[in-house]
Amino acid sequence: MLKTRLIPVLYIKNGLIVRSEGFSYHQNIGNVVNEAHRYNEWGIDELIYIDISREKYYDLRRDDHNVKSYNSIGNIIDEIAKVCFMPLTFGGGIRTIDDVSYRIENGADKITLNTGAFENPKLITQAAEKYGSQATVISIDYKIIDDQPVVFTNFGQINTGKSVFKWIKECEDLGAGEIFLNSIDRDGRANGYDIETIGKVVTSTKLPVIACGGAGELNDFVDLAKKVPVSGIAAGNIFHFTELSYPRAKTLLKKEKLNFR
Amino acid sequence: MIGIINYGVGNLQSVKNSLDFLNIPNKIIKKPSGITACDKIILPGVGAFGAAMDRLNNLGFAKKIQEFADKKKPILGICLGMQLLFDKSEEYGSHQGLGLIKGKVLPFRKKVKNLPLPLIGWNDITKNKPAPLLDGIETGASFYFVHSFYCKSAAASIILASAKYGISFPAIIQQGTVYGCQFHPEKSQTAGLKILENFHKLC
Repeated sequence: MLKTRLIPVLYIKNGLIVRSEGFSYHQNIGNVVNEAHRYNEWGIDELIYIDISREKYYDLRRDDHNVKSYNSIGNIIDEIAKVCFMPLTFGGGIRTIDDVSYRIENGADKITLNTGAFENPKLITQAAEKYGSQATVISIDYKIIDDQPVVFTNFGQINTGKSVFKWIKECEDLGAGEIFLNSIDRDGRANGYDIETIGKVVTSTKLPVIACGGAGELNDFVDLAKKVPVSGIAAGNIFHFTELSYPRAKTLLKKEKLNFR
Repeated sequence: MIGIINYGVGNLQSVKNSLDFLNIPNKIIKKPSGITACDKIILPGVGAFGAAMDRLNNLGFAKKIQEFADKKKPILGICLGMQLLFDKSEEYGSHQGLGLIKGKVLPFRKKVKNLPLPLIGWNDITKNKPAPLLDGIETGASFYFVHSFYCKSAAASIILASAKYGISFPAIIQQGTVYGCQFHPEKSQTAGLKILENFHKLC
């Protein structure tokens, strides 16, 4: 039987991993490749990287902390793919089919499109035709406005006014293969997943859905997995700041007889 | 030396990275003539069946792979690479495959109504019989699958291991020296690396 995936999400800013809160507060927390290596040793299900650099600048200056420099996202992907034998998903700043190819040719298995897909929906079809739907993940950042989930783009700053359900349907028709759903309201707040919206999204689409945003304690994973048949449960901060949180989360989920690897 | 066939689709680098990690001699093969020097080949692949088969034919790989199989040298097809080993596929029209294994490739959607597709994620396998490729791999081991179509083998005897997604489908096959994994061993952590190591050790 297919397992639900538990997926750490790493946010990279200018070559460093950062902590994210409300999509705006970013605190440097470490080296990208060292983190990837650590996750690989835990035998994790998948890794998602989102590059949130505003400017394309990847110099790591913390040489004193055993941190190596990377001059491009391609370089980062290449280094990670050498030590990680699990699915790797890269997103952030992808605007053209060349941006897609660059990441996949450097070792990404999947890419996520967010603002780039919203501004140019044809990009979804181009990516799906070249690398398959399974490699084309749509990342959707949303906020609840008047009780409805609304799509936000540009690092969660621009309200598109479009309903999340409507956008997912369009993406599905254009060839998308998976949805990565992020609640802006819950990002970094550690008050649990937005179970109501995630449930509605999963019911509304035939595509696999990975839900992100709000995990504050390991029981939040259990709570979501029990209530909604999501394909993947993703989280960022909890995996960086809580000691051995990934293996502990897996142990807990299995103890609850939930279908995890 | 294991040759990894590069026919211009998808992420070959992760197959190479995993063999490098295991210290298994390997080379990315860009020209059909390069196949002759290999002891074994891996046929990777993601994307659409028709487009992939067109590339194998147009680049001249298809004939060389068939000759390689005739010489009883081991071939491992991964994901779409496994599907290409079959006679034909019904993925967006009907397409001829390499014809090394009797059977066809069919869409899940016709059989699986209420589950998300593509099938993306870790699924556990049931081992049907022992084989050198499955050395150290037992029923319940899980691997990373990504596909919307499945192989329907004419002979059940070639299915070394099966997986379930609404229906039961072949996860690992072997017919003589032709092998296939529907999942990505190079993306399946320790269990996947074990399969690649077993393939390397085959005579």
